[in-house]
Amino acid sequence: MELFANPAPILTALAFWVLSGVLVGSALAVVLARAPVHSVLFLILCFFNAAGLFLLLGAEFLAMILVVVYVGAVAVLFLFVVMMLDMELVALREGFLRHLPLGALLALVLLAELILTAIGWHAAQDLRFVSATVATAVPFAEVGAEVSNIKMLGAVLYDDYFLLFQASGLVLLVAMIGAIVLTHRTRPGVRRQEIAEQVLRPAEARIHANNPPIGGGVDWDV
Amino acid sequence: MAPDLGPYLAIAVFLVVAGMISLLMVMASFVLAPRAPDPEKNSAYECGFAAFSDARSKFDVRFYLVAILFIIFDLEVAFLFPWAVALGGLGVFGLVSMLVFLGVLTVGFIYEWKSGALEWE
Repeated sequence: MELFANPAPILTALAFWVLSGVLVGSALAVVLARAPVHSVLFLILCFFNAAGLFLLLGAEFLAMILVVVYVGAVAVLFLFVVMMLDMELVALREGFLRHLPLGALLALVLLAELILTAIGWHAAQDLRFVSATVATAVPFAEVGAEVSNIKMLGAVLYDDYFLLFQASGLVLLVAMIGAIVLTHRTRPGVRRQEIAEQVLRPAEARIHANNPPIGGGVDWDV
Repeated sequence: MAPDLGPYLAIAVFLVVAGMISLLMVMASFVLAPRAPDPEKNSAYECGFAAFSDARSKFDVRFYLVAILFIIFDLEVAFLFPWAVALGGLGVFGLVSMLVFLGVLTVGFIYEWKSGALEWE
């Protein structure tokens, strides 16, 4: 129904199926790939396809953020982590059966959440809520085609959701300090140039005029 | 429905053409290049020394620190984009809101600078 309103419905539908097909395929490859580095590369492909799906939904800002933040930063972090770990490929396979029940349980929980969301979504559409909370749950493209969704996001994020916004700032602060505390080591004995100290040193400290007697030495203390 | 996807059609065309060109190049070298495989060509003598150790060496943890600090500031900038677009309608409160946010992260930045996490040694 929605597709018929689209100027190029077949193209959009085609794009949806290609994107979601590649998304599911590469998500499977993330799990099944033998080398962890290959998993991360397939994860990057996942991110790109999810960004494409966001575009189809009309959430352009989210799509761009997904590419910039997840592909540009998070995937690079994953690559570093994978390269940092001293992994043996055989050992990675060992715990597979042992962790299978837990993984299956998690997958079931996620599936249940997805189903609940779908049901709640249809219920909300039937009731035609006009409250602010549901208005944000409506796809961006439906709310206002004339206002870009980045503008709508900005209109509520810094005002109505002030506390959540500040909380996200605090989360970032904690992450920053935590990463530094956990990984930063100052190595003793590293010689470092202190330019300010060099410049501020007075001339008297650097130049000594000595007139040593013949046969005598110079008292030298810096 | 119907988000205006017209501008993205160019990107789609670009992606398809780029994929086709890269595929063409790989296939061309596969088809056109002369192939005479020989186990001697892969042997240690032909390629250099025998490996001293595994190529899977561990990276320094400092790379991770740099990457995670980059993510945090990347996210900070991501928050700035909608703010910059919508600031006209937000008024003073929106400005103050962002200044508080930036202030909190500046505290972290000062800590980072002073603790020497940005220096490579």
